[in-house]
Amino acid sequence: MIRKLFRYIGKYKIYAVLAPAAVIIEVFLEVNIPRIMAKIVDIGISNRDLDYILKMGTLMIIMAVTSLVMGALAARFASIAGTGFAKEIRKNMFYKIQDYSFANMDKFSTASLITRLTSDVTNAQMTFMMMIRMMIRAPIMLIMATFMAVSLNARLSAVFMVAIPFMGIALYFIATRAYPKFRTMFKKLDRLNAVIQENLIGIRVVKAFVRGEYEEEKFRDIADQVRETQLRAEQIVIWNMPVMQFAMYGCMLAISWFGGNLIISGDMLEGELMGFISYVTQILMSLMMISMVFVMLIISKASVTRIAEVLDEKPDITEKPGSEGIPVKDGSIRFENVSFGYGGPEGNKVLENINLNIESGEVVGIIGGTGSAKTTLVQLIPRLYDVIDGKVYVSGRDVRDYSLKTLRNAVAMVLQKNVLFSGTIKENLKWGNENASDEEIIEACKAAQAHDFIMSFPNGYDTVLGQGGVNVSGGQKQRLCIARALLKKPKIIILDDSTSAVDTVTDAKIRKALKKYLAGTTVIIIAQRIASVIDADKIIVMDDGKINAVGSHETLLETNPIYREVYESQHQGVVEYAGA
Amino acid sequence: MRGHERSMRNMNIMKPKNALKTIKRIISYMKPYRAHMVLVVICVLISVASNIAATYFLKPLFNRYIIPYIGQQNPDLSEFIKTILVMGIIYTIGVLATYTYNRLMVTVTTGTLYRIRIELFSHMQTLPIRFFDTHTHGELMSRYTNDTDALRNMLSQSFVNIFQSMLTVSGVFIAMLLLSPLLTGIVVLMLVIMVFIIKKLGSKSGKFFREQQMAVGKVNGYIEELIEGQKVVKVFCHENKVKADFDKLNGELFEAAKQANTFASMLRPIMGNLSYIHYSITAIAGAVMSITTGFDIGSLASFLQYTRSFSQPITMMSEQFNSILMALAGAERIFDMLDQEPETDEGFVSLVNAEKTEKGEIRESSKRTGIWAWKIPKDDGGAEYIEVKGDIRFNNVVFGYEKDKTVLSGITLYAKPGQKIAFVGSTGAGKTTVTNLLNRFYDVPEGAILYDGIPINNIKKKDLRRSLSMVLQDTHLFSGTVMENIRYGRLDATDEEVIEAAKLANADSFIRHLPQGYDTLITADGMNLSQGQRQLIAIARAAVADSPVLILDEATSSIDTRTEALIEKGMDKLMEGRTVFVIAHRLSTVRNANAIIVLENGSIVERGDHEDLIKQGGRYYQLYTGLLELA
Repeated sequence: MIRKLFRYIGKYKIYAVLAPAAVIIEVFLEVNIPRIMAKIVDIGISNRDLDYILKMGTLMIIMAVTSLVMGALAARFASIAGTGFAKEIRKNMFYKIQDYSFANMDKFSTASLITRLTSDVTNAQMTFMMMIRMMIRAPIMLIMATFMAVSLNARLSAVFMVAIPFMGIALYFIATRAYPKFRTMFKKLDRLNAVIQENLIGIRVVKAFVRGEYEEEKFRDIADQVRETQLRAEQIVIWNMPVMQFAMYGCMLAISWFGGNLIISGDMLEGELMGFISYVTQILMSLMMISMVFVMLIISKASVTRIAEVLDEKPDITEKPGSEGIPVKDGSIRFENVSFGYGGPEGNKVLENINLNIESGEVVGIIGGTGSAKTTLVQLIPRLYDVIDGKVYVSGRDVRDYSLKTLRNAVAMVLQKNVLFSGTIKENLKWGNENASDEEIIEACKAAQAHDFIMSFPNGYDTVLGQGGVNVSGGQKQRLCIARALLKKPKIIILDDSTSAVDTVTDAKIRKALKKYLAGTTVIIIAQRIASVIDADKIIVMDDGKINAVGSHETLLETNPIYREVYESQHQGVVEYAGA
Repeated sequence: MRGHERSMRNMNIMKPKNALKTIKRIISYMKPYRAHMVLVVICVLISVASNIAATYFLKPLFNRYIIPYIGQQNPDLSEFIKTILVMGIIYTIGVLATYTYNRLMVTVTTGTLYRIRIELFSHMQTLPIRFFDTHTHGELMSRYTNDTDALRNMLSQSFVNIFQSMLTVSGVFIAMLLLSPLLTGIVVLMLVIMVFIIKKLGSKSGKFFREQQMAVGKVNGYIEELIEGQKVVKVFCHENKVKADFDKLNGELFEAAKQANTFASMLRPIMGNLSYIHYSITAIAGAVMSITTGFDIGSLASFLQYTRSFSQPITMMSEQFNSILMALAGAERIFDMLDQEPETDEGFVSLVNAEKTEKGEIRESSKRTGIWAWKIPKDDGGAEYIEVKGDIRFNNVVFGYEKDKTVLSGITLYAKPGQKIAFVGSTGAGKTTVTNLLNRFYDVPEGAILYDGIPINNIKKKDLRRSLSMVLQDTHLFSGTVMENIRYGRLDATDEEVIEAAKLANADSFIRHLPQGYDTLITADGMNLSQGQRQLIAIARAAVADSPVLILDEATSSIDTRTEALIEKGMDKLMEGRTVFVIAHRLSTVRNANAIIVLENGSIVERGDHEDLIKQGGRYYQLYTGLLELA
């Protein structure tokens, strides 16, 4: 599974190769040391040859030091490869998300994307690092140590014929049986965390309804399940240690008995037996390691899958080849038999058969209840979503003919759920136009009626905004977002309920200023308040995914019942008391 | 900014403030498992002893039963067999002991964690709102996730490992000393070198680890902010700029992580190979001794085995050390939360169901009657009953969330039973604060609030809140079915009562259109419902609670004006006979209130009914006609 991600490693590949290479040398040395030890005892001591002992001893130390250096290098290389791998994965994911369309974004929730980019990547990194160090080390250690043992004494190494399959089977059973139990446990743990999270967010509701004890009971129940499943999972894993010990002790006893007999009959030397025993440890340890890697791989599978999902997602809005140079000439918009649904062609249609014509430079208002698809309609213009059926034309051309950059620079959109980023006000405004001069910025802010309140801050345009623009009020935030969009000097500007927190007088001022600032620009205003659209060239009344009526304020008031209802629900009082 | 704060917090995740005290407290949580722990200690002792014996028996085996018989035709192997058998028994006991303590520890760990979790959650429920104001959700959440997880690791692994390692090290050391004091000298020398290296590497990796945590904080903060604002990025074609910024932070994280991981993972190969060097030196020294002083080969064999089993537990301990420090720091944060003062409740007046006798006296009833009474206990053991009417008075209330920032300055107002009182004013004027004080989310330092003539501090908090139904602007629904969510208002409400309430809130029709009607599951983030629909459910939830006082804090802000007009009738019915406090952004909602209170900067600037205020032509008139911005 993780192999799928391996191709993203890029320039750190060399380290992913060097680390196992260093490990191989390290293991080779490590395996040979017991053999030399055996020689020291059997040849050096039996012959009372001090020279030989010193020579071999020095050789051993040299080998150990080399092995130490190799081990340290392997650690270094593995760290570079592992963290580099994580870096590249994070980068590729982040880049990929930048290429996502709105529809792609909708598929994943924000929270899940963040988890995938953070903790899932960390998990993958850990698994990867462990893999490049252990996956090579353990099998090689196993093979080499077995080889050494066999070459020391082939008859005695028959012991491993029993021990290795025994360990292998036991560890396999433990790992495969524990995995589903752990998965259940993690699911319960997720549920537990969800309950806590809900209680943190809804603590006021819990307290207001005096439901503390009720929530506690809910929590106790799920905590109990967590304990239960955890117990069941760990119960299996704890078999690892005793099984390992059992195999080890079993080998020791068998080797002592058979080896002892071999020594007595003169077929084996004492030193050889001692060396042999060292190999027992190495062989069994490497089996343990293999099972550990195996378990890690299984556990990280979920994270790796989630990462792969992000990377494999195909951005569903792509540019036509050759769209690069085509400019948007004017701000005319035409919808031709447009149908659209968020679920694709098979899903529910949110918009059906929309036909609409907007001239360049017109001011258009859109009114309609919640869920009447006002936002959906305008999102098709800058191609945030692609139509399922029909065509959307901007400046006489299908929006799919333009490059996304050209189109979206020509069509500015102030989103309903808008966001400012941490940084200064000026930095935020420059999102609209990176090269905007101070004069241009001030001019846009004046049009959006934001200049005055910006100047009232001690640091003016250099005031630092917190994440999400927390230190400005709702109305101020909306005006900053409008100014940001104005700086694009677009051909079309769409304001999606973007003055809901602004008072009517300022709202009117903004509209008036826009007319001057954006002479010739098509303006589309989605609003809850009739007052915001009252002087538009035309007003579109949306109802349940269809255009119910198009007309001026006066005509609609006379002819359209929905429009009249909305108007009345907002204006009863004012009409009655306006003269008072 | 937030990313930075987060990383600053992470700076301190490594170090506990008072390790000993924390360990003691953790142990106190294991008290119910005292018998288990005693058994664990015994089993670890047995396990370690058998492990040491496993190596130790090589010596007699070689010296007594093998070497004397080398080359003999019919050696007497009975003693040899006996020793092997004895060892077999010791080993079996050792394996059993290993399994037993592992199994016991699983029970102890899961049980202890369960206790801590439950206690943490129960305690959290008692904490005042102020506590939640001053801690982010992420911060509190990590008490339950990261901190508990670190604790789990420590309990399930580190505790036993360290104990075992210490035992092994001392046991092996003694065994070595018995075998050859001379060779043990080399061991001591190696030990000094090892400790030196551990210290050196430890401080290096600690430093880089902290750097890595800072970088992680920054990268995660950036990811969080940008992913949340991804749609804006797209609308402004800002992808390339964002990519460049991300690359810079990602690169910094890589550098720090590279170093941190290098030093952390170097420890094991260095220690492992040092032990080989140790092995070699001992082999040479031993061989020299064997030639010069006749040091026996069996002893040398055992000693060499010991040198291997000596370094491993030391490496293990040094690796565990960091995770123990982290777990202890996490435990301290958990205990810190457990030590937070719970909400105080000095109330003694309780809310009871009541009925009226023919003479008009109020009597307690065991059934739900639709009439409530305050029960004020008397010294003689009896009680006085006052009917709950919903008469609420604020007398000169002064309040601030922080010490020197007054939010409400001298508020005096009254709501007579059945009246609808509306609060109007811009954000920060103190509208929500008024309701927060009424249900005692916060306590009033100055002035008094009377509820049917009783100071609210005398009423048990639980009962006070039960007598008030609230619909908050930020409607929070719980994961569960729609039915369960509405029933949250009153747990014993029947299905019919729930549906009745939903009809009142005009929620019934859209609920029936949901895939499973009232049994439709609402997901945690409520993606399947619009904000307006969620508000309708929240209104139904308050309706089912059926309390004498109703508080609507921007309850219809996300419902469009047409739907609002539709639910007006239901709302009127809901408000009938109840005292109602309404906070609304949209002024059409408050028009028919008995009294409208205009708040500004924590003071009441105007009060009166709609007509009066419009006639006054003051602040309300300006707001109403849209001359002023309501933010």
